[in-house]
Amino acid sequence: MKTPSPADRSAYRGTVWFQAALLGGATLATTSLLSLGDLATRDDIALRAEEDLRASIGQVVPAAIHDNNLVEDQHTERLDDGGTITVYRATRDGIPTALAYTVAGPGYSGTIRAIMGVDTQGRILGVRVLAHTETPGLGDKIEVLKDDWILGFDGRSLGNPPVAGWGVKKDGGHFDQFTGATITPRAVVKAVRSGLEFFDRRGQALLAGDVDGSRTDPVPATTRGDR
Amino acid sequence: MDYGDNARKALWSNNIVLGQTLALCPLLAVTGTATNGLGMGLATTAVLVLSGALVSALRNLITPEVRIPAFVLIIASVVTLLDMALNAWMHELYKVLGLFVPLIVTNCALLGRAETFASKNPVAESMFDGLMIGTGFLLVLVALGATREIIGSGTLFANAGLLLGERFAFLETTLIPGYRGFLLLVLPAGGFIALAFLMAAKRAIDRRVQRRRGAHSRLDVATAGARPA
Repeated sequence: MKTPSPADRSAYRGTVWFQAALLGGATLATTSLLSLGDLATRDDIALRAEEDLRASIGQVVPAAIHDNNLVEDQHTERLDDGGTITVYRATRDGIPTALAYTVAGPGYSGTIRAIMGVDTQGRILGVRVLAHTETPGLGDKIEVLKDDWILGFDGRSLGNPPVAGWGVKKDGGHFDQFTGATITPRAVVKAVRSGLEFFDRRGQALLAGDVDGSRTDPVPATTRGDR
Repeated sequence: MDYGDNARKALWSNNIVLGQTLALCPLLAVTGTATNGLGMGLATTAVLVLSGALVSALRNLITPEVRIPAFVLIIASVVTLLDMALNAWMHELYKVLGLFVPLIVTNCALLGRAETFASKNPVAESMFDGLMIGTGFLLVLVALGATREIIGSGTLFANAGLLLGERFAFLETTLIPGYRGFLLLVLPAGGFIALAFLMAAKRAIDRRVQRRRGAHSRLDVATAGARPA
């Protein structure tokens, strides 16, 4: 019966037990619904996340120089500052050709995360910003969709420009800042430079697949989905 | 229910933003561009229709004493399910809209419609009401987004191709080439200012319509009531 008569209502609907059971039942129903939704979408979401990761790696490591799936040739390594870095290795015919990894730095309003690809000589293949919360219309010129600025890193390395030049022009460095936004490009330049310094320290060992020489956590391909 | 009257109220006179001044949190957060406004409007409309249907279907089961937490549960579940479904099966759309979907729960318009309409009306009418309220919200979002985008950056529907697919890339226009931009309108403060002008414009139109109809007395009563004594 859809609408109980007033007599029915007074009989049980007004009691606190009914209210509690009703709310408990509603919570149980919605929680089950959400669990079902999670079960139905979990695999697809993990797949999409991996596709996204592969697409962003693909932007900084040209397809021509590798024939492996970089997402499967990854391992995570602990940094001195307590953070971790996940490095993806590109190989061609079994020979290592490049590394890709994400770098991060504090921007004007929140952390800027970027992914960069570096070849065996320590030259930058490409940098792309993955996530940021910079001011729209000012700081968001670091996105490749909005401006070519980020392409200015291509081919650069720690010696080109010299270390003193790894800053924005306002600080006497080599890289342009944007009109009205200096902090954002400064943060990106600093993050990229720290990424190159990381390569300087660990790059050759990582390219050689020598991950035992430091405190590292190799990530077996089978456990990737749980991370 | 008079569908025409319901639609007229939802879209104009009792519009969720311009008439009721609700839903301002998501409104001001996403209206930097017309495209973002459109995306938020579509997502919110979908949730309004779905939660309206659910609340209405369960209205005879849920007792008045626990209705508010029950409605909150329903709305939050619908939003979460939508978020997961978009992420899994409409990933391109999710990349653009994903940021806005969780913001929908902060939209008090949803609880407001569940309480004042869906909990008292049949399923079909509640879904229609959700659709109309959502459309009214969408129109304000797009109008505010377009205003801020045109004055703030000199473009209109920037990145629409990303949201709606390549076929809609033609919507992207640069109205003022070489425009340096007017940052105030891009920042949140500009959202408040633009919204104030939008509301003032609605009032001005209402007043003109009233005057044309010659209904001076009704207008006087309305404005006198709004003025602090």
